[in-house]
Amino acid sequence: MASNHLTGIGSESKQLATWYFTFAAIIFGAQLLFGLVAAIQYVMPGFLFELLDFSVARMLHINALVVWMVFAMFGSVYWLLPDETGIETIGIKVGKLLYWVFVAAIVVVILVYLFIQVGPADETSIWFIHEGREYIEAPRWADIGIVVVALGFVANLFLTGTTGNRSGIVTVLMADMIAFAGLYLAGMFFTDNISVDQYWWWWVIHLWVEATWEVFVGAIAAYGLITMIGAHRKVVEMWLWIEVAMLFGSGILGIGHHYFWIGTPEYWWEIGALFSALEPLPLVAMFIHVLYDWGKTQGGQDATGVEVSVINNKPAFTWFVLNAFGNFLGAGIWGFFHTLPQVNLYTHGTQFTSAHGHLAFFGAYATILIGMMYIAVQGTNGIKVMKHTKSSLWAVSMIVGGVMGMTIALTVAGYVQVLVSRAQMGATWAGYFDGQSGMWFAQAMDWRLLMGAITFLGFLFLVKDLLSTGKNPVHER
Amino acid sequence: MAKTSVWSDNRFWQRSAAWITGFSAVLLIWLTFDTAGQISMGTDADLQNGVTKRVPGPTVINYKISYEMSTARGHEVPVIGEKEKFFGRDDWSEEEAGALLHLGKLGSQVKNCMNCHTLLGNGAYYAPDLTKAWLDPAWQNDGTMQAMTGKDTKEEAMAEFLQHPSTYPTHARMMPDLGITAEEAKGIVAFLKHMSSIDTNGFPRNFGKIKGAVHGK
Repeated sequence: MASNHLTGIGSESKQLATWYFTFAAIIFGAQLLFGLVAAIQYVMPGFLFELLDFSVARMLHINALVVWMVFAMFGSVYWLLPDETGIETIGIKVGKLLYWVFVAAIVVVILVYLFIQVGPADETSIWFIHEGREYIEAPRWADIGIVVVALGFVANLFLTGTTGNRSGIVTVLMADMIAFAGLYLAGMFFTDNISVDQYWWWWVIHLWVEATWEVFVGAIAAYGLITMIGAHRKVVEMWLWIEVAMLFGSGILGIGHHYFWIGTPEYWWEIGALFSALEPLPLVAMFIHVLYDWGKTQGGQDATGVEVSVINNKPAFTWFVLNAFGNFLGAGIWGFFHTLPQVNLYTHGTQFTSAHGHLAFFGAYATILIGMMYIAVQGTNGIKVMKHTKSSLWAVSMIVGGVMGMTIALTVAGYVQVLVSRAQMGATWAGYFDGQSGMWFAQAMDWRLLMGAITFLGFLFLVKDLLSTGKNPVHER
Repeated sequence: MAKTSVWSDNRFWQRSAAWITGFSAVLLIWLTFDTAGQISMGTDADLQNGVTKRVPGPTVINYKISYEMSTARGHEVPVIGEKEKFFGRDDWSEEEAGALLHLGKLGSQVKNCMNCHTLLGNGAYYAPDLTKAWLDPAWQNDGTMQAMTGKDTKEEAMAEFLQHPSTYPTHARMMPDLGITAEEAKGIVAFLKHMSSIDTNGFPRNFGKIKGAVHGK
């Protein structure tokens, strides 16, 4: 039985982690709610028209996505630092102060998005309302605040990592988190040249989600395997370094697949095609790695003659395995579908991207971060072996089923757009609306809404379980 | 301990990861310098001397733009043709055109265009792609959108629509009123015209082949 991690009781770093997870879960709920609003608008275009338009709902949907994930990522690091380094996180008081700064800033930004929505076309609006650049819409003042908070977080991580025992996992996180914070700077300027604008905008978006965030997931998965099934640290950390090499080796130049059509030179076709075709490989490796370690440790346990599961946290491990598979399926397969330039010429800017986005963000990130929330619930309640409850199983089934359903529906919608709007009609205004009014497209949007609603119900089960399972007597203490 | 292979040595993999990451990053930075040079905005002099830039200068609004098949490159490219009036003038100076484009680009961000439309194919998918919107048959002289606004030119029709989008419903899914002023609308139309002149390596393919924009001189 693996139980080589400290419990969360008494660690300020772990307490701060639970604050981060709590706010992350709230914003996760907001993400799903505004996603539902946007999904309803596809089906009933008059819904909240000129009150909460699609542009606002969608901005909130994707910004909440980024924010809750960043919160849960910071929380994950604060959670694992004492276990990995063997000491309390250094600068935790500043860390706690910065947490409240971060929360306050996010709340103000959301209220401004909701109630001011749009301003006059001048620099003041960019500074105080939003920047209108997908995913990183946050106004400039908030950008600066985010950088300050991120630097404080990185400082905590570095001071603790260099003072305590700097494990392989901590070393990877240190290198990764400084790149993660530094890349945000590439998205903090204004230019009249939209090609230059989008060039640097992708440095933030792509080098986050297809490089630094993926490496982060590798590190968290490594931590999870050690704490949840007692996998051998040396093996896990060796895999982690191989994954870092593969992820950065394919992901950094894989950015080329965003430079096919934005005014950038043709050589990005070849670079983008080659390196993004390699991007699924580390995701396959991560999947194999999780299953291999699971089988290996369980096999070792079975050989002792005592048949008992090596997993000390069933719900968290379920989400970690879903992560290993979801990352491969959503980021790997659904990404590779449309990454080659010959295909992307027709799929770029269609619901194909949206299908990939939903499954990839969920499979690669949401899953493992939910898993970390369960690890925190286990730690703070001093549970030795945490089991599934009815709610945790309903949450897994409905969220996974809902997101898969949305993905399939959006993929069908993407096909309609590619065939009708793009190939047949040449991407014009009329072609766009011909595609949108096609029967297959319209029905796909109905299904997406239904599956989105199921995902939201699953989220309610998840919240109920996270709040109540800690006191549930089914767990071994 | 038995003799260990380098393949099972964590230090080896750590160094490999560092070298591969460093090499990839250096390559990306080097390519960025090359790309930055190629996508920097052109000048008025470039346009007058027929120098082709991937992203032409703001005074491209003084010229007719079309999107034509290039047999050499195997896809459509924007072609900058003879002079063409834009809001009644074809002598916008570099400063005036630059100011208009600046206002339009700001407007495109502040009005959140990208969270319904796609620009250069990036954004949301709730409304049509704007990459070549300036060349869309619907906005041409016999196009439905221009006819609906009752204006005589493409740019005036687009500006009118941007200011009062919900009075011109084109589809059950309407564009909301975003409080766009007459001046802002002019800027946004200039921004759209400029964007249509960017060399996007043939995206979108076969644009407007139904009627109008292709070979549209």
